[in-house]
Amino acid sequence: MADDPYKVLGVAKDATEAQIRAAYRKLAKKHHPDLNPGNKTAEEQFKKVSAANEILSDAAKRARYDAGEIDETGAEKAPPRGYREYADAAPGARYAYSGGESGGPGGFGGENFEDLFENLFADRATRQSGPARGRDAQYSLSAGFLDAINGATKRLTLPDGQTLDVKIPPGTADGDVLRLRGRGSPGRNNGPAGDALIEIRIAPHPFFTRDGQDIALTLPVTLREAVLGEKISVPTPAGPVAMTVKAGADTGTKMRLKGRGVPAHGQFPAGDLYVTLEIHLGPPDAALETFLRGNKGPKFDPRAAMESAP
Amino acid sequence: MITIERIFLEIRNLDPADLDRWIAEQYIRPEGEPGAWRFQEIDVARIRLIIELRDTLEITEPALPTVLSLLDQLYELRRQMRQLNAAMEATLPVEMRTALALRLER
Repeated sequence: MADDPYKVLGVAKDATEAQIRAAYRKLAKKHHPDLNPGNKTAEEQFKKVSAANEILSDAAKRARYDAGEIDETGAEKAPPRGYREYADAAPGARYAYSGGESGGPGGFGGENFEDLFENLFADRATRQSGPARGRDAQYSLSAGFLDAINGATKRLTLPDGQTLDVKIPPGTADGDVLRLRGRGSPGRNNGPAGDALIEIRIAPHPFFTRDGQDIALTLPVTLREAVLGEKISVPTPAGPVAMTVKAGADTGTKMRLKGRGVPAHGQFPAGDLYVTLEIHLGPPDAALETFLRGNKGPKFDPRAAMESAP
Repeated sequence: MITIERIFLEIRNLDPADLDRWIAEQYIRPEGEPGAWRFQEIDVARIRLIIELRDTLEITEPALPTVLSLLDQLYELRRQMRQLNAAMEATLPVEMRTALALRLER
């Protein structure tokens, strides 16, 4: 191992360039191999002096040597590990802002982990402190139009393969949420289980439409049933009922079947069924044609409103 | 354990009077007592950092406590973030970690 270049040249750490140059010349002359033929010690000494001068005569190299970046031979030393490598890891706790082992320079008081992530730890605190109710589970279940009006029991298959029989009460509307107590996630620390929340989606019906508690229906009738006012059978959610058409009824005439809408449930009274008549002529009828040729009837223009409009 | 002599060997441009003052001000916090200080590697790195702040970044000695205090706070936060990260890695299911990562990327 080479020696400290300052010692080799016999100069002080704060020697000036001139002092270093003078010291080097003096030693170089003394140990120069040409002046000491065959003298191994002198040759070795000369090499050391040259190496020392190599570093100390160059201001940049000398500064790097002083900072410990290069060694006596001028070779790079492994760069010292930066402060960050220590401070980022466990040893950094020595200079923790909130104290450290011998008290920190800071006077503001450091924040601890819990302060920083208050919400996270608040959540943990409640979870650890005692029984907690399980989470509610959300499901969706489709039901037919009439099942929802009249009530039905439907089977729901859960993601884990279990099945749940869901009782859909009469009068259930699209988007209603049924709550099955205790059928959600289990509770923690003997807390109660959560609920299963089941949103009911209702498929449309081919001819009934619902408006709150009432149901609307467009009902085809023959010309004869409308003109003469005959007794006909009307489908309702609870099954067909008999109704007598008002004599002289027309397409668009509305009739109400009281209490034949959505059945009473909870605080809601039973709704009504609103029937809108629609006259269907049916197949050609020679007798009707003959009658109409001989009878012009009262003056009536069903398009009168259209002609006055733009 | 590192002695004060080792420190002067490693950091040749360190003035003993400076180090004494920095220890007295608690910028550097070795264990032991005056005359028998025991340093750790982080202390050596911190001495180099202070010299670098002073000589290269031209931070004057009166400004040093402020700068060191800010750095200490920064590194404390970074260590806490690392702990949080490690805790999340150890406890959260992968879907939750992915969801978190996506959220943070936004």
